[in-house]
Amino acid sequence: MVISNKTIATIGTDAVSEAMRQINPDVVAAYPITPQTGIVETFSQMVADGLVKTRFVAVESEHSAMSAAIGAASSGARVITCTSSQGLAYMWELLYIASGLRLPIVMPNVNRALSAPINIHCDHGDSMGARDTSWIQLFSENGQEAYDNTIQAARIAEHPDVLLPAMVLMDGFIISHSIDRVDILEDEVVSRFVGEYKPAFSLLDAKKPVSIGTFDGLYGFFFEFKRQQEEAMMNSFKIIKDIGKEFGEISGRPYDLFETVGMEDAEFAIIVLGSACGTVRHQVGEMRSRGIKIGMIKLRVFRPFPAKELAEALSGLKAVAVFDRSDTFAGHLGGPVFIEIRSSLYDLPKRPLIVNYVYGLGGRDLSMELIDKAVGELADIASSGQVKQLVNYLGLRE
Amino acid sequence: MTWDVKDIQKWDWKKHPAGAVIKDPGNSCQFKTGDWRTFRPIRDDKICNQCLICYVYCPDSAIIVKDEKVAGVDYNFCKGCGICAAECPVDAIEMVDESKAKKNKK
Repeated sequence: MVISNKTIATIGTDAVSEAMRQINPDVVAAYPITPQTGIVETFSQMVADGLVKTRFVAVESEHSAMSAAIGAASSGARVITCTSSQGLAYMWELLYIASGLRLPIVMPNVNRALSAPINIHCDHGDSMGARDTSWIQLFSENGQEAYDNTIQAARIAEHPDVLLPAMVLMDGFIISHSIDRVDILEDEVVSRFVGEYKPAFSLLDAKKPVSIGTFDGLYGFFFEFKRQQEEAMMNSFKIIKDIGKEFGEISGRPYDLFETVGMEDAEFAIIVLGSACGTVRHQVGEMRSRGIKIGMIKLRVFRPFPAKELAEALSGLKAVAVFDRSDTFAGHLGGPVFIEIRSSLYDLPKRPLIVNYVYGLGGRDLSMELIDKAVGELADIASSGQVKQLVNYLGLRE
Repeated sequence: MTWDVKDIQKWDWKKHPAGAVIKDPGNSCQFKTGDWRTFRPIRDDKICNQCLICYVYCPDSAIIVKDEKVAGVDYNFCKGCGICAAECPVDAIEMVDESKAKKNKK
């Protein structure tokens, strides 16, 4: 059943605020930081105007924002917070506590570079650093996906087989501050989709008192609880797929772990996530119309990492280029997406050649010319069977 | 108490409640902490004058009192801090190396 949508022109942060208003969480505790500010600004205005019933907690830092979110979620509330870059870094120790306590907090993170030097523009260094915090990570290509992912994140995080916090990632400025065409669902449809939140426990339930966050000790069960978190991540593959499909039924926009373009007959392909997918898709489409057998994989879900499915999708290819908007500074091991993809391919009987392009750090533009350059090199790799340079810096002044 | 954790050390990882939530309050008495102890307080009943100062000072409520008299030490919970021995006005409590105390018992 597709409900008639309302189509609006909006910046990405406002699209996310609208999703948050429609989810109508019990508590939002957030601190503004560029380029996420618009989400907090617009949402707190909505609260002030009585458009949403949420209790908005204006905290004094991101450390407090996540602490308040954890406290509220422990009381059984549906909670959203949001941040960017340094703010996410400041939340760090709490990220593990949110996931360790299995609190399904939803957090849009507007991707921005981490200092120094001070840079407010987009790269994925902030959330990639949090890839081992046991949070679900959904990447968005545009304002529409940021809106859609926010709504789905609530369902995914709260699913009893998952119960993990979820980040919704969108590129700073490119998505957050650009006006985009966004289809907005009706309030009632979103409300029905996210449903009533039934928390696993509540600290405020005097009839069923519980203790959380206790000391586990040397002879405790920390190891067992971490294994449970890994199991929850494994479970989330199916849940993310199911909810993506269900979301398609109410919106006409189904979601999966990743999206493929032209992979049926591709000989080589680019893997990319975030807003760069738009530019890459355009170039790939143009090249395919000229008979070049190139495909593209847009990675939506980075945590959990769909290694098996990606390996299957890439198995027949001659060569693969992985685009990374952050680096791991591991000594030319490549960006985080590259490392994961390369590892995923290891068990294939016949592996495609693979090359990494680190691009766009600190907001450096990824132009069509740069994509053409990478594709030219990728075509050479595919035909020569040789990778000259494993890790390349695309758009670097050199 | 509905939550039986007696054999919790043998539970596999799937059995624990998610998020390390302790879903039943008041179960700490089932969690024996006496094995943290390095020194064991041994009380000499002949010297003890039953002033009950050890009972008052014990931070873990591990001094067992029956009929207003010290009846012993609850070694399931005593952590061997030695406060009882230090505060005893008649030196009726001696702190003995736990491994030696265990041997002596055998």
